Amino acid sequence: MAKIIGGVTSSHIPAVGNAITNGLTQEPYWKRFFDGYEPAKAWLRAQKPDVVIVVYNDHGLNFFLDKVPTFALGCADVYHNDDEGWALKPVPPFKGNAQFSWHIAESLMSQDFDICTCQEMKVDHGFVNPLLALYGQCDVWPVTTIPLAVNTVQHPVPTARRCLALGHALRRAVESYPEDMRVVVLGTGGMSHQLQGERAGLIDVEFDLECMDKIANDPQWLTQFSNAELMRRAGTEGIETIMWLVMRGALQSNVKVVHKHYHAPISNTGAGVLVLENYS
Amino acid sequence: MTWTPHDYDDIPGTYVFNGKHAHGAYPLNKLLFSFNSEENRKEFDRDPAAYCDKYGVTGKYKDLVLKRDFLGMLRAGANIYYMAKMAIPRGTSVQDAGAQFQGISTREFQEKLLAKGEGLQARLAKRGGYWNG
Repeated sequence: MAKIIGGVTSSHIPAVGNAITNGLTQEPYWKRFFDGYEPAKAWLRAQKPDVVIVVYNDHGLNFFLDKVPTFALGCADVYHNDDEGWALKPVPPFKGNAQFSWHIAESLMSQDFDICTCQEMKVDHGFVNPLLALYGQCDVWPVTTIPLAVNTVQHPVPTARRCLALGHALRRAVESYPEDMRVVVLGTGGMSHQLQGERAGLIDVEFDLECMDKIANDPQWLTQFSNAELMRRAGTEGIETIMWLVMRGALQSNVKVVHKHYHAPISNTGAGVLVLENYS
Repeated sequence: MTWTPHDYDDIPGTYVFNGKHAHGAYPLNKLLFSFNSEENRKEFDRDPAAYCDKYGVTGKYKDLVLKRDFLGMLRAGANIYYMAKMAIPRGTSVQDAGAQFQGISTREFQEKLLAKGEGLQARLAKRGGYWNG
């Protein structure tokens, strides 16, 4: 049977991809941020997941505003990155697993998550940069991936509560797949930041740290907040942190905290890395 | 006909991208989205006004695009991620734009950001369990 072995979180900001591509990761500005990924990379090397389900939001590469699915699952055997308009060099394609994806779609649907299925899905920096940070630059990516896109761009966006519930359903979906597979769920985005308006530059370190601890040990805590309350505290783009709850919901209620890393600011953002492991 | 008010409307200096913005600025965001293509970026640069006409970006929206008034575009309903597709390749980073929104220099904006991280390791140590905290 397929099994979720753990979850990881990562920021997905464009600057992370640029820093890796341009060889800046050991520069003073970046060093502490990237060094904090080393334990997460070591955990992935030791755990050897077969599949990583990447929970992210599309920022206008695959989806335009003509159609905005709340939750969209990649159901293809390959996913391509592409030009997002700011001259980031596209990375090699990612291998998918259509059979597994369709199983997940069917299971989620039977659990009342009416998910959008995508047989072609371009994956943007939200998907790519966490994998770059965790696996480095690759000609061939060493792991199969499944994109799970959450709309955090055009309101109304789903609630924190709904994201946690999606995670619960995702766990049942994965663990009902008959093939033996080791699966990691990667929750991306966040943490507190606001790019837009006169309030741009907002970072709330204390709120981020509270979120890190609660997501690890008491994820229900975050579901008390409305999206308006989350944006007030963590910034309009900080709402992305709700995607971590999809990852967290897919794990057991009690998990082993393998690694906890926080850095701020990185670009305009507070950035957190969690590695959470299910007890076997 | 009325747009439903929201409990995020009073967050200062903030333009939550919702149906009201997405509806009013649909042609503008479509133009910004088109910059995913190198060919379109070049076409815009050859004749920005004609490119606006092609996308039905007219009136105040067109003026804002031609003036590269990013705060004005944001207030008029441009999505920040879509706007980045216009700003970044033309030399305005997201931090430059943030500085413009506040009427300060990029350096000042960056210093304000760096100040958020002051005493970080001590704060992490107090919480406990953090790498390098």
